[in-house]
Amino acid sequence: MPRSIVSCRDVSKRFANGTLALDGATLDVEERQFLSLLGPSGCGKSTLLRLIAGLAQPSTGTITWNGGHDGLSFVFQEPTLMPWATALDNVVLPLRLAGAARAEREAQAAAALADVGLAGFEKSYPRELSGGMKMRVSIARALVTRPTLLLMDEPFAALDEITRFKLNNDLLELWQRDRFTAVFVTHSVFESVFLSQRIAVMTSRPGRVQSEIVVDAPYPRDAGYRTSPLYNEHCRSVSAALEKSMAHA
Amino acid sequence: MRKILPPLILGLLLLGGWEAAVDVLAIPTYLLPGPIVIARTLVSDWQTLAESWWITMSIALAALAAAVVLGVALSVLFSASKWVERSFFPYAVILQVTPIVAIAPLIIVWVNDTSLSLLICAWIVAFFPILSNTTLGLNSADRNLVDLFKLYRARWWQRMAFLKLPSAMPYFLAGLKISGGLSLIGAVVAEFVAGTGGQASGLAYRILESGYQLKIPRMFAALALISLSGILLFLALSLLSHLCLRRWHESEIREEN
Ligand SMILES: Nc1ncnc2c1ncn2[C@@H]1O[C@H](COP(=O)(O)OP(=O)(O)O)[C@@H](O)[C@H]1O
Ligand SMILES: [Mg+2]
Repeated sequence: MPRSIVSCRDVSKRFANGTLALDGATLDVEERQFLSLLGPSGCGKSTLLRLIAGLAQPSTGTITWNGGHDGLSFVFQEPTLMPWATALDNVVLPLRLAGAARAEREAQAAAALADVGLAGFEKSYPRELSGGMKMRVSIARALVTRPTLLLMDEPFAALDEITRFKLNNDLLELWQRDRFTAVFVTHSVFESVFLSQRIAVMTSRPGRVQSEIVVDAPYPRDAGYRTSPLYNEHCRSVSAALEKSMAHA
Repeated sequence: MRKILPPLILGLLLLGGWEAAVDVLAIPTYLLPGPIVIARTLVSDWQTLAESWWITMSIALAALAAAVVLGVALSVLFSASKWVERSFFPYAVILQVTPIVAIAPLIIVWVNDTSLSLLICAWIVAFFPILSNTTLGLNSADRNLVDLFKLYRARWWQRMAFLKLPSAMPYFLAGLKISGGLSLIGAVVAEFVAGTGGQASGLAYRILESGYQLKIPRMFAALALISLSGILLFLALSLLSHLCLRRWHESEIREEN
């Protein structure tokens, strides 16, 4: 039985302007699992992820972090880099905030940049990098602290398909190597089926987890998986679940 | 080069036209001296003028420095506490909207030291753009970055040093460019009001003095010096801004086609 490291029970979120973004969402994040949150745009995926991160409080319901609130990293939809800092300094940031020694944190940050395929770009400023490269820096910054839980909010949604495929592959490779727990928000059926072991399908707003689907396909997953009948079959069933959950709302 | 050439040519044409008009219409120098006469006066009276120039400049620069230190310090305080901001900001606005010529006499009466009272007047004029721009800048940090700092449990000073102050940099520099010119104007206006004579007098006093003595070319020479100083100050601050922002800020990015 896998251990749940974050459990959300009947979580609702109403914003100050009266918008009810979530209504009774229940979800367990299981240790070392790659979980996707799938749902139509505006259904409250980002809201739920921010609650899981502890960046906002639920209006009703509870969120428990079994094993504490540390070791958490977040990747936003935009790269969210500091434009005045080099790629290396951006990746160094979390270590610097934690008070790591200079030599040590720079070595770790350089290694994290190399892990995402950006060795040699340490001294580049964000505006000198392409969209995909900026996202890689953002991922390196999230992974440099060796997180136990990595939260990602549609990180590749703004990228072109070729870049997105490449980043999907690289992300999976890093996940297999480090085995952090991943929660990946997406509105793409294909992306969620490619990446995850489990998919939580959400209803339209107010969001709720309508169904959960286990994607029973072995890793490593690569270009071969993308074209396999198994992949197609999963995509079909997840699409059907998504349609059903949207009809329910 | 293509940026400097057009205004340079236009300037030379205007000066030439001015000189020609003064010559052809035989306008006496006590009404309107030509640029050549003004330039000659600038050279012949250089001793006095340079001394006065330095007095005015040092007041303007000291006021600008004080405006930077106090403006940034106060904005940091504002950003630390909304309560402080709400209490103080209205008074900063009042200070800004009150015409300096109206309060300068009071300040000169209250403060015994002339240079200090001039400095205070120039500071009042130069202070506000830095305060308001930096305050705006400190509040303009990217929301997601603010969240990221929260997530990593950044301390107050870390958020200030690594996020808010760098985010405020372009705003601060824009304010600084405005304040540079204003500090000079503030210093000159205060000198006019003070009207102090004697040895250690600034360019404004030289203008007043030349007016009384009908040394109009000298008046124009002093005026030219003030304008030149303002331009130099602006160029220097623009260069500073460029050096600080060129690697990262949108305003400094040139299209490469
Ligand atoms: N801070 C906020 N204040 C008010 N409404 C918000 C806020 N953030 C999100 N919402 C609303 O809540 C709903 C869910 O938003 P979000 O979680 O961002 O959806 P998703 O990420 O699934 O696209 C949307 O209707 C959005 O407009
Ligand atoms: Mg979203």
